[in-house]
Amino acid sequence: MKRAESQSSPQADRLASVRSLLRAMIVPVASVVVALAIGAVIIVVSGANPLVAYSALFEGGLGSSRAIGRTLEKATPLIFGGLAVALAFKCGLFNIGAQGQLLLGAVFAAFIGFSLQGLPAVVHVPLALLAGAIMGAAWAAIAGSLKAFTGAHEVITTIMLNFVAFNLTDWLANGPWKDRSPGNIVARTPAVAPEARLPDIAGVPLGILLAVLAAFAVWWLIWRTTIGFELRTVGQNASAAKYAGISVRRMMVLAMVISGFLAGLGGAIETLGVVGRFQPGFNVGLGFQAITIALLARTNPIAVIPASLLIGLMQAGAGRMQFNSGVASEIIDVIQALILFFVAAESIIRWVLRLRAEEGERVTLSSGWGS
Amino acid sequence: MIAEPEIVLEARNITKRFPGVVANEHVSLTLRRGEVLALLGENGAGKTTLMNILYGLYHQDEGEVLIRGEPVRIGGPSDAIRRGVGMVHQHFMLVPVFTVAENIILGAETGRGPFLDLNVARQRIRELSQRYRLDVDPDAYVKDLSVGQQQRVEIIKALYRNADILILDEPTAVLTPQETEELFAIIRSLTAQGASVIFISHKLKEVLAIADRIMVLRRGRVVGETTPREATERSLAEMMVGRSVMLEVEKGEAHPAAPVLVLDQVTVLDDRGQQVVNGVSLEVHAGEILGIAGVQGNGQTELVEAITGLRPVRSGRVLINGRDVTNASPRRISETGCAHVPEDRQEDGLVLTYSVADNLVLNTYYAPPFAHGIVRDDRAILEHANLLIEKYDVRTPSPLTLVSALSGGNKQKVIIARELSRKGRLLIAAQPTRGIDVGSIEFIHQQIVAERDRGAAVLLVSAELDEIMALSDRIAVMYHGRIAATLPAASATREELGLLMAGAQPLNAAGESPMDGRAPVNVQQRGI
Repeated sequence: MKRAESQSSPQADRLASVRSLLRAMIVPVASVVVALAIGAVIIVVSGANPLVAYSALFEGGLGSSRAIGRTLEKATPLIFGGLAVALAFKCGLFNIGAQGQLLLGAVFAAFIGFSLQGLPAVVHVPLALLAGAIMGAAWAAIAGSLKAFTGAHEVITTIMLNFVAFNLTDWLANGPWKDRSPGNIVARTPAVAPEARLPDIAGVPLGILLAVLAAFAVWWLIWRTTIGFELRTVGQNASAAKYAGISVRRMMVLAMVISGFLAGLGGAIETLGVVGRFQPGFNVGLGFQAITIALLARTNPIAVIPASLLIGLMQAGAGRMQFNSGVASEIIDVIQALILFFVAAESIIRWVLRLRAEEGERVTLSSGWGS
Repeated sequence: MIAEPEIVLEARNITKRFPGVVANEHVSLTLRRGEVLALLGENGAGKTTLMNILYGLYHQDEGEVLIRGEPVRIGGPSDAIRRGVGMVHQHFMLVPVFTVAENIILGAETGRGPFLDLNVARQRIRELSQRYRLDVDPDAYVKDLSVGQQQRVEIIKALYRNADILILDEPTAVLTPQETEELFAIIRSLTAQGASVIFISHKLKEVLAIADRIMVLRRGRVVGETTPREATERSLAEMMVGRSVMLEVEKGEAHPAAPVLVLDQVTVLDDRGQQVVNGVSLEVHAGEILGIAGVQGNGQTELVEAITGLRPVRSGRVLINGRDVTNASPRRISETGCAHVPEDRQEDGLVLTYSVADNLVLNTYYAPPFAHGIVRDDRAILEHANLLIEKYDVRTPSPLTLVSALSGGNKQKVIIARELSRKGRLLIAAQPTRGIDVGSIEFIHQQIVAERDRGAAVLLVSAELDEIMALSDRIAVMYHGRIAATLPAASATREELGLLMAGAQPLNAAGESPMDGRAPVNVQQRGI
């Protein structure tokens, strides 16, 4: 009798999964809508027309093939950052350090990119990408190990490591790896070799293809492998994980390493695909937008793609919006902050929409101090 | 018979709904002056909800509450106390580093201006203590008191606030049999002096021993009212569960073979670094159930954690199947064939946000057929789940249902199914039936005996003496981190075990009791 119930028809299963997908989307979508609505009020207060402003925003992000290209370009590192933060969340870790890991990835990809010459692209590109990813992973491993072996909270250590990364990369770009070409006075590395630049594949930048591929790979890792099961078990209930024979410490380090690997790869792709060198200031903010994206995507790796595209679109269209409507482009930062606020304080949205909390795996923003 | 005393508390047609469940449905109850009303029911039957309504923690959706004939709306615990209703919770709410008197006046401080004056309070506490024979020293620190004494502090706390209607929520869960008898003596002296008591329990023996009237709740409804004179354990169990149940565990003779688990002078520290297991040596043989009896907190939890690799062994050795697994990883110990039903099922044994199917492979997910390399085989996991759900009678709508949606008994059956289906040579079961329904208890007991008969060695740890006595072939009593004695189950008596659990030396257990000659009230001899 119980078997009969459990073997429900495939159609019913599909229907149920579609329904649960829609239910999972309510809060993120509502958060974006409410954030845009509050943004509109602010635009009105500042004396502009929100309809004009928003239509310019979308035009700047979607209105032409160049606009779309810009949105994809902005979205690419965001997808990697979002995946990095989402994966750490699955293991119960709040990786605020995606920013630092991304910077390390960007600067080391640049180093491999400009210091080696004459390599064929099929060798040079993967080498530079890998260098960036590994440095990101190593940087994150510091925070992961501190958490696993001393209990130092990852929120604190990753924030600290972000500062170290800012200054370390600044120093590299202004010191040993500085672009010494005549006339250059700013802190930046030399341009990477042309063979190290990311090519377009059939007109689409390789970076966004890799980002989408990474999203599916992370999804597979989390939901289809034993490693993913171990990560999620540690994230959901560390003492049950211990009981089940999973090494909680090992998983914490591993989760941070994979997370840092993704963030570092994002930074490397930004260097090799967009900037063409490392220049301090170019990637600032990406790591923090990644947190918004991971939460907006409810830590679902596939949902990270649309969430990144949305934030990327806002970044891409902000300039047009300022130009057309006279609204300061900083309003975009306000809207993003509001989105983060509402997805994080989910119960506000649930209260507004009179929704009940849903079942399923929880996202814990941060475990207790010293736990 | 004299005229019936006045009704002090009455609930009429109480209905309380929570999203998805009706916790109480048209429940009515009356409590007379000077009587003990026992509220009997399984976990989830609605006992606690009803009491929380009477104590003002919830408000009923329908129905009314009358105190001394007057309809009242109880706004909260402080309102309830003002109206004379006091509650002693299962978990005490005391500050360990405060004295008894300080704890009792907390929230009702006496004094002049901002300065405390404890003398008045001390005096009253002494009076109350004498009047009801509670034997509590107002100047003792709570941390130095035994669990039974702490409970009495909680009772005085209610009396100090002039409560004459006392609600005791599962008060015997943490007590030794002797302490339980002392509590019963106190309850009788309270009711003799006009107080009324609601006694909540799921233990049939105790309810029969202490109650004047018994009310049985099942699934939020009152299914019957009876008196100890009319009822038997069997009839109460049937009312509680709704069908006939086997109270005795059917089991044949044990055929013990070679030792499977050997502990040699094991010592273990607790979280605070105190040595709570002090040189325990034990052998559990294939084909026998060794029960560890003891009041909670005497090192049993830490001992089990040390055997299963969840807590370091400080000194001594642990051998399973002749192999030294001292301080081995939980994974390695599990792979030697050690199945473990953990004490805290919500915290250690299950991931509540996972499906039943995932929980059924929680510690075997990494090996074939559930995984090939690092790739999970979802089909094999689902098939496995369907098989175990059927075999172990887990009541779940689907293997993909989240475990958090199951009842306590079914949650435990998921763990039992997972651990027993591994067919290990050693089963360690800690509190395997704590807080679950009688029907599930019956099933789990049968399964544990079946494991023994299959030839597994079983180490059973339980705070329920009845469970230990019903299942074990040998009984080891643990007290203050040591094995006080190991007895054959066939000849062990409740009294003897109870004394050992309270720290008596095994030699004079039959003679002088260590309890200052305070005569234990015989539970069986009560009959009004």
